Amino acid sequence: MTTTDLPPPGELPEIAVDPAAFRHLADSQVNVELDTGDMVLNIGPQHPATHGTLRIVVRLDGERVVSADPIIGYMHRGYEKLTEFRTYPQITTLINRIDWLSSFANEVPFIDAAEQLMAIEAPPRAQYLRTILTELSRIATFVLFLGEMGLQVGAITPAFYGFRDREYVLNLIEAVTGGRFHPNFNRIGGIKDDLPWGWISECRGVMNKVLASCDEFDDLVVGNPIFQKRTRSIGIIPRELGAAYGVSGSNLRASGVDWDLRRDGPKYLVYDELDWQVWTHPDGDSFARYWVRLQETRESARMVLQMLDQMPSGPLMAKVPRIIKVPEGEVFVNTENPLGEMGYYVISKGATGPFRTKIRSASFSNVSILPWLLRGVYVPDIVTILASLYFILGDIDR
Amino acid sequence: MIALEIGWGTTLAIKTVVVLGIVPFTALILGYVFLLKMMSHMQSRLGPMDPGGFHGWYQLIGDGIKFLQKEDITPAEADRRVFALAPAIVVLSTFLVFVVVPAGPRIAVASLDSKSMFDGVGVFYALAVSSLSVIGVLMAGWASSNKYALLGALRAAAQLIAYELPLVLAVVGVVIQAGTMSLQGIVVFQQQGSLFGWSGIGFPLILTQFAGFALFMVAAQAELTQPPFDMPVAESELVAGYMVEYTGFRFLFFFIGEFGTAFAFAALAATLFLGGWSVPWVHGTAADFLGPLVLFAKVMFVAFLMFWARFTYPRFREDQLQAIAWKWLIPIALLNILLTGVMKVAF
Repeated sequence: MTTTDLPPPGELPEIAVDPAAFRHLADSQVNVELDTGDMVLNIGPQHPATHGTLRIVVRLDGERVVSADPIIGYMHRGYEKLTEFRTYPQITTLINRIDWLSSFANEVPFIDAAEQLMAIEAPPRAQYLRTILTELSRIATFVLFLGEMGLQVGAITPAFYGFRDREYVLNLIEAVTGGRFHPNFNRIGGIKDDLPWGWISECRGVMNKVLASCDEFDDLVVGNPIFQKRTRSIGIIPRELGAAYGVSGSNLRASGVDWDLRRDGPKYLVYDELDWQVWTHPDGDSFARYWVRLQETRESARMVLQMLDQMPSGPLMAKVPRIIKVPEGEVFVNTENPLGEMGYYVISKGATGPFRTKIRSASFSNVSILPWLLRGVYVPDIVTILASLYFILGDIDR
Repeated sequence: MIALEIGWGTTLAIKTVVVLGIVPFTALILGYVFLLKMMSHMQSRLGPMDPGGFHGWYQLIGDGIKFLQKEDITPAEADRRVFALAPAIVVLSTFLVFVVVPAGPRIAVASLDSKSMFDGVGVFYALAVSSLSVIGVLMAGWASSNKYALLGALRAAAQLIAYELPLVLAVVGVVIQAGTMSLQGIVVFQQQGSLFGWSGIGFPLILTQFAGFALFMVAAQAELTQPPFDMPVAESELVAGYMVEYTGFRFLFFFIGEFGTAFAFAALAATLFLGGWSVPWVHGTAADFLGPLVLFAKVMFVAFLMFWARFTYPRFREDQLQAIAWKWLIPIALLNILLTGVMKVAF
């Protein structure tokens, strides 16, 4: 992936883009006479801002980025190939580790794909538990983002608040599943176990804590003039361009695209039974991405509170054969994961494991816009843009 | 200034030992109280609790001992002599500021006053040597032969040039009002002043020079490269800026320089604006003993303000920082000087 292969931003074919978004690029061509040659700066694979092993080779003119090439693959673990040698129940262990911040949310589309091929439907209580755990992992992912974005902009304190809230939520997930990071709790046809005693009231308390600390982030970070100066109109993704690059999730909603698979996709889990709202922001800059995630954290906490109130009772597992063999067929299931749209294309030949799996992960597409986005910004803005796109390296490289 | 009958050489030796001892000690105190404890409690955690008996007081000393044991690495491509000299220059600038700050009516390493108490160059000297550290920073960044370090050093240079001006201009108001450049003289002016005829607490210059105090604090924050102006070290983008290649004892030098300078600037602010060592209703010999303690308390208060901002605010971008300095701070400082001059003539 090199920037020279891309058409220059002004001449992108068939995409109408607001010229205001290119103002920063026009500025970068002013000092032609004082040209001193570019400096190549290698950011990563080990660098605090790339949270993982993303490597970005930037050419700098002073502090201004002339071009940026992301180089990925340092963490490639070959999960698509590995799934071909494992049975369906074993695969959930693997896909937990794709986006390790919201592991449970990764299990949902894969299990859903297997269930669709086998024509099984999980009972309502299991669906509710899945939805609750998915939303909890969304909250765990987003509160970390809310704090960590502050860290990347230079404020150390919000990061600790983010980790504190994430800890509360991870404790809840641990209490149900036994695993903090990799629950591996979803089963084909249902869910492994019921909630432990006293969990519901504890969860209510934590959700109220999360809502309160969202207000705190609102005051401490969103309301901070320096934070706004650093993020507003920085890293603008025009909505058509974002869609063209396959950017998804909160990043796309921050560009004003009203698209959420929980609402607009085919029915999965119990989102249609809940009263909730999709948040968008018209600006498309780093600030908008932060703002949208903050609102979605609140929305998720409210959804969990609702689900705790209206959870049905009943069995946790549908009737499933002892040895799971998935009938021949192929299916693509995509869901709205915390980082964006995540999908599994599963082809089955009737064996105990899939014949072929293609994993569509959100971060890969979200990061692919970086060469376009980073041209003409300053070095400090690289960090805020990277942080606001919010990717996980395991999700890029799989 | 010291009334005891001891020789010139002995006095110099005592002074050297005092300054050499005080700078690392103040760095330790600020590092422990603010970096380890205040920051931790602001961030809903406790910080180190186990080393030493009370609230992990031993932690920083342990860290210092650890740094002494670390391998001293010089990068292969580095300019060895410059690389080795840079931390020393940064610390030297800190030492030099400490020299002029008066801690009591008769306690100052060198007051730089010539004939009378109101005829000196203390303020001028302190502001001049405090910006010496930028040379060390530039040397460190250039000699490391590291791109992150170079970016950090150039940012530091641009930042210190921009903020030296508001720092000096903010103090000019004080100098005009007190009518002296001697730090001792400024303290005495504040001690002997009166508030509408009431001479109880003297006349701390912050009352009339509040704009100057605010400007001084902002500019000092930028000089110290602390958030919101910590672009030269910016952990999240430049990893550690100009310090990135330093290890062991040399890194410790930068640490001492950072916190020692914070203490020095806080001491300058306390002296210029808050009355320095002057204690209400205490004069004569008692002030000699209480003075240092009072100054220390005031310094801790000012340092608290500095570190409060440090742990709360995000970081500006380099161009935004320049805009603040040239568009806001300097015009306000000039206006402050103008107003002070008019008031001085009028009253």
